[in-house]
Amino acid sequence: MAQFTLPKNSKVKKGDKYNGANGATRKRIFKVYRWDPDDEDNPRLDEYTIDLDKCGPMVLDALIHIKDNIDSTLTFRRSCREGICGSCAMNIDGTNTLACTKDIDDCNGDIKVRPLPHMPVVKDLVPDLNHVYAQYETIEPWMKTDSPAPDRERLQSSEDANLLNGDDGNGPAGCILCFCCSTSCPSYWWNGDRFMGPAVLLQAYRWIADTRDEATGERLDNLEDPFRLYRCHTIMNCTNTCPKGLNPAKAIAEIKKLMVTRR
Amino acid sequence: MSENMQRPLSPHLQVYKPQLTSVTSILHRATGYGLSVGLAFFTWWLVAAASGPEAYQTFTSFCGSLLGIGLLFGWSLAFYYHLANGIRHLIWDSGFLFKIKNAYAAGYFVLFFTVVMTALTWVCIMSSY
Repeated sequence: MAQFTLPKNSKVKKGDKYNGANGATRKRIFKVYRWDPDDEDNPRLDEYTIDLDKCGPMVLDALIHIKDNIDSTLTFRRSCREGICGSCAMNIDGTNTLACTKDIDDCNGDIKVRPLPHMPVVKDLVPDLNHVYAQYETIEPWMKTDSPAPDRERLQSSEDANLLNGDDGNGPAGCILCFCCSTSCPSYWWNGDRFMGPAVLLQAYRWIADTRDEATGERLDNLEDPFRLYRCHTIMNCTNTCPKGLNPAKAIAEIKKLMVTRR
Repeated sequence: MSENMQRPLSPHLQVYKPQLTSVTSILHRATGYGLSVGLAFFTWWLVAAASGPEAYQTFTSFCGSLLGIGLLFGWSLAFYYHLANGIRHLIWDSGFLFKIKNAYAAGYFVLFFTVVMTALTWVCIMSSY
């Protein structure tokens, strides 16, 4: 049975207030989830008031501004700052997205920043991704072939390539594995131990749809399971939240269709 | 960090913003349970009709009570919602309506259909009295 409330050690307490916006004309309050493994204390929501004129336009800029100028203990992952590495995935204003592509002006009121939902927290905004990576490994995300390797690349028609890239560029190959989608999915919250979740299923579909891959049957066999695939109830939080505009829900539906049509 | 320390679980249901699609999804489940309860009510009706005029009288007087009308109203609401949203799910299962715009349009249509059909049904019931 799913536990809908947070365990005792995870309840979020009120945190400290920091004012880093003395004399500022454009202020904004950021409420940031904090948890330090070195304290034996519960997580808390710290409040930072920042001067928007001293900080870049994105939520990630604000977090970097806080770390540089107000509180150097704030911990988060970031790398590319242009929405292609997937490191700064977090829950901002109640939905999951990349902090680097989320405009501060697109947020309402005080901006609440929390780690990706229903994940074990390593520190502050850093979730433990070991389990999702292990699930990703189970779908064997590499090309599997029986036919002997040709002397050159295995060619594809542009129609076949579109199955991966999407004719609008939003196909499954555009996934950056930020796991915004999986951690937005209530089914994944309650059954994440056995349900693969949207991100991993989108990647499973990326290989199933690949016309050069020769292990489609085996891949479908691996997913034909009441939990791994069929815990998806088309809630569509995944597609709603994907910062790259991809459609995991659609990919999962395509896998379900293939399960039926191959019989 | 001590070896046996438990990592906290990040907030989920408490903080995730409800989306039209997630709300219609949980309503589908809730109305499904509601309809199962309604089925017991329906069975009572059949059993009462088979048992004779006295049992049937008990049933109809319950239906005429405020609680009875409330239950019937809830049941009709759940029925129309579950019907329309069930069809939305069938369309999804055929691989359509996955663009967010279309999924939302269908979701709003389901809500509209539910309200209109429930209202129509009760207008018909009321006007026959």
